[in-house]
Amino acid sequence: MSTAPSEQGQPVASTGTAAVSVAGVSKVFASRKGADVTALEAVDLTIAPGEFVSLIGPSGCGKSTLLRLIADLDSPTSGSIEVFGKTARQARIDQAYGIAFQQAGLLPWRTVRSNIELPLELHRVGKPARAARSSELLALVGLSDFADKYPDQLSGGMQQRVAIARSLAESPGLLLMDEPFGALDEMTRERMQTELVRICAETGAAVVFVTHSIPEAVFLSNRVVVMSPRPGRIRDVIAVDLGRAEGRGEGLREADSFFEAVVAVRESLHGEPAGAPAARGVDQR
Amino acid sequence: MTRTGSPLGRRVLFGVLGVVVLAAVWELYKALGPATGVVLGDLTVLPRTSDLAMPHVWDMVARLFRPVRSSGDDEMMWQAVLQASFFSLGVAAVGWLVGVVVGMLLAILMQRFRTAESALLPWIVLSQTVPLIAIAPLVKRWGSQIEIGSFSWENWMSVALIASYLAFFPVSIGALRGLESPDVNHVELMRTYSVGWRATLIRLRLPASVPYLLPALRLAAANAVIGTVVAEVSIGLRGGIGRMIVEYAAAAGGDPAKPWAPIFGAVVVGLLAAGVVALIGLALTRYRRGETPA
Repeated sequence: MSTAPSEQGQPVASTGTAAVSVAGVSKVFASRKGADVTALEAVDLTIAPGEFVSLIGPSGCGKSTLLRLIADLDSPTSGSIEVFGKTARQARIDQAYGIAFQQAGLLPWRTVRSNIELPLELHRVGKPARAARSSELLALVGLSDFADKYPDQLSGGMQQRVAIARSLAESPGLLLMDEPFGALDEMTRERMQTELVRICAETGAAVVFVTHSIPEAVFLSNRVVVMSPRPGRIRDVIAVDLGRAEGRGEGLREADSFFEAVVAVRESLHGEPAGAPAARGVDQR
Repeated sequence: MTRTGSPLGRRVLFGVLGVVVLAAVWELYKALGPATGVVLGDLTVLPRTSDLAMPHVWDMVARLFRPVRSSGDDEMMWQAVLQASFFSLGVAAVGWLVGVVVGMLLAILMQRFRTAESALLPWIVLSQTVPLIAIAPLVKRWGSQIEIGSFSWENWMSVALIASYLAFFPVSIGALRGLESPDVNHVELMRTYSVGWRATLIRLRLPASVPYLLPALRLAAANAVIGTVVAEVSIGLRGGIGRMIVEYAAAAGGDPAKPWAPIFGAVVVGLLAAGVVALIGLALTRYRRGETPA
């Protein structure tokens, strides 16, 4: 776990094992009054190693629930989830993924560096290896000068970068991100997106990224998974081909191909092409 | 506890000013108040201003620098008081330590098992409603029956036990709140690291509990001191401040400033106890940083 992140830029389908494989997954939350809430219904999704997939949809479409199921923070009511060929539970135990939430969730009493080292420390990585790895990650997210600062001395964007560095600490093949930029202002957000594209290219990790921003999903992803609510299901999977990291500068945000993809996701989100936004709770079956 | 922006010098100045104001109010009332005290109906709300009831501040201070018994060449009053103060402080410290350990263990147990919380918490609250005066003789009697090998229960242990009985309460309540203070976010993060309850306790819950724990420790220190002084009186332990207050009160008729000396001693004990807790707080500054603004 102290090894450097893998360098390959295009790690897709090297072994044939999917990074994430979700098959026929449903999740029902039992409520006290007997009216159960179906958060997810019959969801199938396969994510290749190194692939960046966004989950997008209105609130209550179960995108965060799906992420939590993959992370084994919750278990599906039916269906199966595999991460790199292992059960979600085993994958969690083996630290096959790193995770970042909307709140950076840094421990306020730890410095930036020791926040990044937290997972390594918990898994008994030796001190020199820890220090080497955290230095690498600090450089990766551009915070080398802030190693000894405390979280309350950082801006929201910097805190989120620390959280991303922490999620990468054990060089996971999969990164789970639940609206990590949701609380940031638009400027910081775009800068963070550009950085995330670069970081993913450098680490070669697959990413499942929950968001409700269409441009964000399009800018970052290889595929955008559009979900619909009540019950949460996958409505559409839209492939976005904007090229890998090198080509994705700020200029891309103004390119025609970017707009086309945004329109495609938009129309899918709103149901019919050019139609009025679908009423909430519309039955998609 | 420490507010930024207020330099140490000024805080000390305000502390001294507080004492001076208190002394001034005392003397002012003594000079201007009615000799019979302020009486509402049958109730005396303010004391008589005679030298017997309210000695001059300077008389009380001067008394500290005369021998314990006016005649004879005893040690100085301040020496005797200081000695008694340290004796009481030592007993209180033992009680505080035991109380903190027990309180922490109870809090950890309650955090770990929800059923333990619902089973224990009412009893913990109830335990504090038992009057100290009632349990002190009981503790002494039970203690006197303990004799294991060369170990025999001594009276000071009864006093320390009663002090710990008062001290554990704020610690268990404060620590429980602190241990339960981390957000779901942090707890889930620890789960994604697939670490167990113990690592979560040490790396997350205990550090997060510090801001809740420090006020509890301070309260526990105050409780331990009060418990010690009161228990010394009701158990009849010699050598401490509590007993000294009772003994000297008997001498108030001929030497009105004398009973005030051990009261000053009790104040010193309280200040020292608070100071020690403040030092602990200083050592744990790192864990008292504000929450991250998200």
